[in-house]
Amino acid sequence: MSFDAAAIAKDFPILNRTIRDGKRLVYLDSGATSQKPNVVIDAESNFYRLTNAAVHRGAHQLAEEATDAYEGAREIVAEFLNAEVDEVVFTKSATESLNLVSYAIGNAAPGTRFHLTSADSIVVTEMEHHANLIPWQQLAQRTGATLKWFSVTEEGRLDLSNIDSLIDSSTKVVALTHQSNVLGTIIPLDEITKKAHAVGAVVVLDACQSVPHMPVDVKALDIDFLAFSGHKSVGPTGVGIFWGRAELLTDLPPFLTGGSMIENVTMTSATWAPAPKKFEAGVPNMAQAVGLGAALTYLTKIGMEKIHRHEVELTSYLLSGLSEIKDLRIIGPKTTELRGGAVSFTLGDIHPHDLGQYLDSQGIAVRTGHHCAWPLTRKLGVPATTRASVYLYNTTDDLDALIAGVIGAQKYFGR
Amino acid sequence: MQLDNLYQEVILDHYKNPQHKKLSASYDAQVHHINPSCGDEITLNVTLDGQLIKDVSWDGVGCSISQASVSILTDLLIDKRLDQAQVIADSFMHLMQSKGTEKGDEDLLEDAVALAGVSQYPARIKCALLGWMAFKDASLQALAKQS
Repeated sequence: MSFDAAAIAKDFPILNRTIRDGKRLVYLDSGATSQKPNVVIDAESNFYRLTNAAVHRGAHQLAEEATDAYEGAREIVAEFLNAEVDEVVFTKSATESLNLVSYAIGNAAPGTRFHLTSADSIVVTEMEHHANLIPWQQLAQRTGATLKWFSVTEEGRLDLSNIDSLIDSSTKVVALTHQSNVLGTIIPLDEITKKAHAVGAVVVLDACQSVPHMPVDVKALDIDFLAFSGHKSVGPTGVGIFWGRAELLTDLPPFLTGGSMIENVTMTSATWAPAPKKFEAGVPNMAQAVGLGAALTYLTKIGMEKIHRHEVELTSYLLSGLSEIKDLRIIGPKTTELRGGAVSFTLGDIHPHDLGQYLDSQGIAVRTGHHCAWPLTRKLGVPATTRASVYLYNTTDDLDALIAGVIGAQKYFGR
Repeated sequence: MQLDNLYQEVILDHYKNPQHKKLSASYDAQVHHINPSCGDEITLNVTLDGQLIKDVSWDGVGCSISQASVSILTDLLIDKRLDQAQVIADSFMHLMQSKGTEKGDEDLLEDAVALAGVSQYPARIKCALLGWMAFKDASLQALAKQS
């Protein structure tokens, strides 16, 4: 059976509402946050309605049920990523996940595996979201380590020509995005992980734009750490995932400390629980974790491979439609090869905010600005872009509306 | 349509033909302001003669609202006294916060009343205020140099 996005859209109540005086909502901003299906909204609210209690504590039935629901969600995440259950850490966001790993590395004592000094280097890329750039800038500043980066080519691909000088024996961390939130570019991970592991560095993958949109198998990717956010994966806000290989999580010091994450505590010292608890201080975002479990179950039922194929088809349709518009310049790869469904563009002299405002008047929701990747947009010489990003519930009707909207904006501002 | 309240002809005219958009060679104070949420940037020069605003010039990138707003500001404030500028800026600020309930005092604000529609779009108010904040900063710095 072919992919029925229109039927899927019916699972998402918000997509039935109208916008700006009765216009059909055309939601093309899933790269910023996805909409939520009823099963997720129900799972989150039913947790509060029926099973709310602090997990891992309390000698009562509700606490048991809450713990089962929370730990059940962890199993779902693990299966979704082809990971081990104890390798999955719940955080409040992908941003927190990336801060967790960078701060934890910074907490490593001299002589231990992750300790960084001024002799070491951290490698990132020019296409990182601020969430996977600034934590590493800060870690470099705190430790004296050198921050290096892969450049981006004019076509919006990573320039790997200097990989051998960038990743060398001083490299301890290579942190990079799996798919650019601005360009849609999917990076050639294999070559980078091989090189990183050959010099003994760990690979941290920002998978915020890939995990919701394609099958991601952490074992097959041969990476060391991964972060993604629940709210971009049809799940609730307030929950993110940090994944790390088991033996690395054993050696990695904690980031946040407090309740739940301990093994033993005296007035002057503490020892840590094993992962994942070591990284989950305090009462976690339980309802949101349970909601994320429902979200990933929903996506799995539809099939990540099918979702990915649907998005590639939509992206192809969109790229070809946009390329026929005069003065429109696509910022990023112009084919669907190694590319996801985030499509950024500029439109002559029309500023993205003005274009976005016009599209909004037609019921079309897109993102405008630098997309939290300011160094990238500066490098590409565009202060801001307009970005349309597609997901499983989008149809070619949505894209036709966008294309008509862009042409309408040209007429409107050309008056 | 409601969008026409936002994009009045006056605004698009100022966007296409921005006034005083060429940084003066000399100035009493120069500031650079950024709108971190959208990436709009402005550099603005102010020259005073005592309490008189002798010149305001600027350069920058941004949406039609931010560009038109600063263009209108230069037309309005050059050759005014600082105390008059303060009254105008306060009135403009009040208009921006009016959530579409006010039209603005045309005698005082002149072309700036065309920006009244911005107040119905909360996300765009900061666009309209970028140049005004830069002017406030620059004029205070220029004034401080006199003492």
